[in-house]
Amino acid sequence: MNPVALNLSGIDPELDDIELNLFVSAMRQRHGYDFAQYAPASLKRRVYQLVEQHHTGNISTLTARLLHDPTFLPQVLEGLSVPVSDMFRDPPVFRALREQVLPALAAHPRLTIWQAGCARGQEIYSLAILLEEAGLYDRCQIYATDFNDAALRQAREGIYPAREAQGWSRNYQAAGGTCSLADYYSARYDFIKLDHRLRRNVVFADHNLVTDAVFCEAQLVLCRNVLIYFSNALQNHVLAMFRDSLVPGGFLCLGLRESLALAPAARDFVAVDSALRLFRRAGPEPSPVDHAGH
Amino acid sequence: MPAIEAIVIGCSTGGPGALALLLGALDQRLQTSVIVCSHTASNSHLLCDVLAQHSTLPVIEACEREPIRGGMIQVAPPDYHLLVERGRRFALSVDEPVGFSRPSIDVLFASAAEVYGNGLIAVILTGANADGAAGLACVRRAGGLAIVQQPDDAAAAAMPRAALELAGADHCVALDEMGPLINRLCMT
Repeated sequence: MNPVALNLSGIDPELDDIELNLFVSAMRQRHGYDFAQYAPASLKRRVYQLVEQHHTGNISTLTARLLHDPTFLPQVLEGLSVPVSDMFRDPPVFRALREQVLPALAAHPRLTIWQAGCARGQEIYSLAILLEEAGLYDRCQIYATDFNDAALRQAREGIYPAREAQGWSRNYQAAGGTCSLADYYSARYDFIKLDHRLRRNVVFADHNLVTDAVFCEAQLVLCRNVLIYFSNALQNHVLAMFRDSLVPGGFLCLGLRESLALAPAARDFVAVDSALRLFRRAGPEPSPVDHAGH
Repeated sequence: MPAIEAIVIGCSTGGPGALALLLGALDQRLQTSVIVCSHTASNSHLLCDVLAQHSTLPVIEACEREPIRGGMIQVAPPDYHLLVERGRRFALSVDEPVGFSRPSIDVLFASAAEVYGNGLIAVILTGANADGAAGLACVRRAGGLAIVQQPDDAAAAAMPRAALELAGADHCVALDEMGPLINRLCMT
């Protein structure tokens, strides 16, 4: 049977909560990673999965290993992040990027794009393909960031299981792709490898949305299905960070089911397509010419 | 007996038909929160519309961060796990599918069990896989009540059968007895 990592004591969720808090303290105090503002249900589920995967029996033993075994941290970080996505996941979103966002961005002589939480890079390569096909790629600087170094390494390699290719090709077509996705990868054995030219303007970098600050002025920020794991306060904090990173009129693209109803910083955005969770930073848009001149 | 605060319902193959029958039999005065996880909803707005035609209670898609509401059917959106937070609010996740399923019934049931404890009823309906069995075991361990559709009565017997084998049930009934049973358990 598939390990589901449901709960541990089953009858004593309060004990689990105490142990979870100690684990979170250990991560913060010993390793500088702050999960205190993560939404508890999913965080707890992932910690339970780590307990099962490493056969520690309970969270406290997991915490002890985290404190005393210096090689253990990367495995824990890998387990606590969500490197799950697909190329052109939610095709209508990528169609809107292609048909609405990129034409609006084409007025800028230089473009900076930030994908926060790029995980294994599926969406950054999807975006790179859109930019190539729109003839905008060469004026772009693209930042793809994540706190999971193992996922970043995989993103940089751009190698994925061949079994994904068919579904991703369908997504690409549904997103308005006019070529064939196969034009952008080579297949070997059970793997496909994305054309390395797609990442010539991409910087993959370690960045933690919880503890790190804004580092670029962007015309487009993508952050899909990351904020769903954050508490309301942290969601708002990160949303404000995206606002500060975006130029007025700059675009923000979130996950399809994300709700900003409880985030005060949402007031600084206007919806371009609320069903697709596509927004623009409010405020007068600087003329691209002025902008380039400074 | 403790007051029932929430009902979680899991189904897969044959689910929409079974849900239509069950939700149509619920008492419209029910104040309990009803949370549905169906694998069959590739478009949950469509499923919500279909269920709304049959249900005595309003049907909406469950939204992240929103309070879980009483007297309302709340349906898990497709391609996300649906979880219950301690503050009686919904959370979504795109963690890996569990047993090829997202939303996973196990994930919903386990998180609901932690929050509602013995104030929870969990229902397993028709389905062609074993999702929900482990979650149902969590619900029972936490003191919640398990209702499983009789496998012979289900369009697909595998899911109720797996649930009975792994978790057992407090009530194993045919679909047409289930609505009245839930009404009795929640309203007395």
